[in-house]
Amino acid sequence: MNWRRIRTVFRKELVDALRDRRTIISTIIVPIILFPLLTIGFGAVAAKAVKKMSQETPSVMILGAEYAPDLAAQLATNRAFTVTKPRANYVAEINDKQLRAAVEIPPGFEAALLAGNAPPPEIKICHYASEMRSEFAVRALQKALLDYRDQIVAKRLRDKGMNSDVLRPFETLQQNVASAKKVGGNLLGGLVPYMLILLCLVGAMNPAMDITAGEKERGTIETILASPITRLELVLGKFFMVLTMSLCTTVISLLSYGLTFSLPFFALRELTKSGPVSLDLSLGSVLSLFVLVVPLAIMFSGLLLATSVFAKSYKEAQSYVSPLMALVIIPAVAVMMPGVDLNFSLAMIPILNVSLVCKEVLSGTYHWGLISIVFLSSCGYAAIALSLAVHFFKKEAVLFRS
Amino acid sequence: MIAADRLVKTFRDRKRGEIRAVDGVSFQCQPGQIYGLLGANGAGKTTTLRLLATILQPTSGTAQVAGFDVTTQPGEVRARIGFLSTATALYGRLTARETIEYFGRLNGMDEELLQQRATALLELLELSQAAHGRCDKLSTGMKQKVSIARTLIHDPPVMIFDEPTLGLDVMSARAITRFIRECRDRQKTVLFSSHVMSEVEKLCDRIGILHQGKLLAEGPPAELKARAGVADLEDAFVRIVEGLQ
Ligand SMILES: Nc1ncnc2c1ncn2[C@@H]1O[C@H](COP(=O)(O)OP(=O)(O)OP(=O)(O)O)[C@@H](O)[C@H]1O
Ligand SMILES: [Mg+2]
Repeated sequence: MNWRRIRTVFRKELVDALRDRRTIISTIIVPIILFPLLTIGFGAVAAKAVKKMSQETPSVMILGAEYAPDLAAQLATNRAFTVTKPRANYVAEINDKQLRAAVEIPPGFEAALLAGNAPPPEIKICHYASEMRSEFAVRALQKALLDYRDQIVAKRLRDKGMNSDVLRPFETLQQNVASAKKVGGNLLGGLVPYMLILLCLVGAMNPAMDITAGEKERGTIETILASPITRLELVLGKFFMVLTMSLCTTVISLLSYGLTFSLPFFALRELTKSGPVSLDLSLGSVLSLFVLVVPLAIMFSGLLLATSVFAKSYKEAQSYVSPLMALVIIPAVAVMMPGVDLNFSLAMIPILNVSLVCKEVLSGTYHWGLISIVFLSSCGYAAIALSLAVHFFKKEAVLFRS
Repeated sequence: MIAADRLVKTFRDRKRGEIRAVDGVSFQCQPGQIYGLLGANGAGKTTTLRLLATILQPTSGTAQVAGFDVTTQPGEVRARIGFLSTATALYGRLTARETIEYFGRLNGMDEELLQQRATALLELLELSQAAHGRCDKLSTGMKQKVSIARTLIHDPPVMIFDEPTLGLDVMSARAITRFIRECRDRQKTVLFSSHVMSEVEKLCDRIGILHQGKLLAEGPPAELKARAGVADLEDAFVRIVEGLQ
């Protein structure tokens, strides 16, 4: 093997790729803007929407207020919603999202309360299920109604000479004992590895297709094959370039991700530090993520070269590579499902294993045994993918497909 | 020199079944000679040249190029040939000079010599002006010149050109043929394929007529015409090709 020739191919392919707009966009621009855009943009939009909705005072209607003047008076002064005049077409108004909810009080409600008659009277809350602003109104109404019920209960107990404490023999209290880092890891754990793995593939995709199928399509490969370079050297030169691009994308996206959280004007770090959730990444966890992604990048590079060298044109290569993308997304998404945690057999499944380790590392857990299994099995898959690419490059029927 | 010995190449095609693209081709081409492979579309010219350039492996038979066997010593053969494929295919995003340098390095040339020869070749082919522009901005004729410069950067003793003037205008084609002649004068072995009779007739010392993978006739142009009993090479070609059918 002649390393000078491998270096020559590597350098030429790199120069060539860096002059290709498609590659620049997918390898450098997309990873730079993706993370800030996703975390900040998406987060801000969601927060704004939720804020706007919770700020709105929902308008509600009370039907049959005359059967419960006491309750109606309490509801009318509640600041969580505004009570509007009763109208007959309230159902239609709720459906049209004009009205958020309506309370139907049955006839003789207050009289029944005073008499303490069984069965207890029922108040109906009409709402628009799954419509968030309607749900807000329902929650506020429910709280007001329960408060009223508590008042009635307390009064009845007082009448019987009892204290309302008898109804609360004990209290429950929730306390989060997971460290803020773990909570953050669980939240991010799904998203970050998914994005990293996807970008690792996306970064390698264009260059890999361009220097195999693209080169076949343009007819430049023939002259290379007639030069003294061996097929193995040629594949390795190309492979190192694709790998470089893939790792570049990964590093750029990690950097952009880190900056998103540490630059003052993004302020996301400050926001999350004080809360119960930390979205902070330590240098250690970033480095571990990178080390774990390297064998994955090797595997993707080999696999992309092997699949796209089969194609006669860039277009054809795209149609082979798209299903590969779906194949990568599935295990990456699987990690986001609850209950999927790293164990010995999952450590052998390519892509999924790396996502799982990334998730653990982000939440500060390091199972070194499993991590080394994941690393080794990824290296194994990487070796298989690379030798597949070498094998195809040596086949006439693949290079000169008619 | 080039010596093909009963070369056979078959392809398996899903629709057409087995194709004998090259079917027992033998010929010799000496240093200081231009040998022209003449044939219609699909005659097997490209396949023959690819076999000699070790891009494809022969199904049977063998060939010696510059004293090395194409099947057992392909690396040695490739180091001694300049191969030009049919299309004027260049890396569009590289400059002319980068392209030439790339092939020089692939051929293991020493950097100083490479720079010297690159400059000289660019000058010889009147490419100095365009040397630092991207290849995709060049005209077809210029591209072909860059292609040729790239195949010759390592000064190979054997040159294999597949339809070097295809798609070129008269002036560009003339520049190329003049250049091929100069290579012969420097005692190189030149093998090229074409289906343009006039070009082959003017340029070649020997001609091989290829038809459906078989070499039907071979010899100097004058001899081929005399054997067919006609004054025109095109007539001779048609007679030889039809004589078989
Ligand atoms: N990789 C391949 N797979 C299958 N068949 C092929 C392959 N390459 C060439 N052929 C077939 O072999 C025959 C000879 O092709 P070749 O390209 O050598 O002809 P040619 O003389 O160069 O023709 P042209 O003037 O069109 O360039 C043709 O029938 C062609 O279809
Ligand atoms: Mg041809």
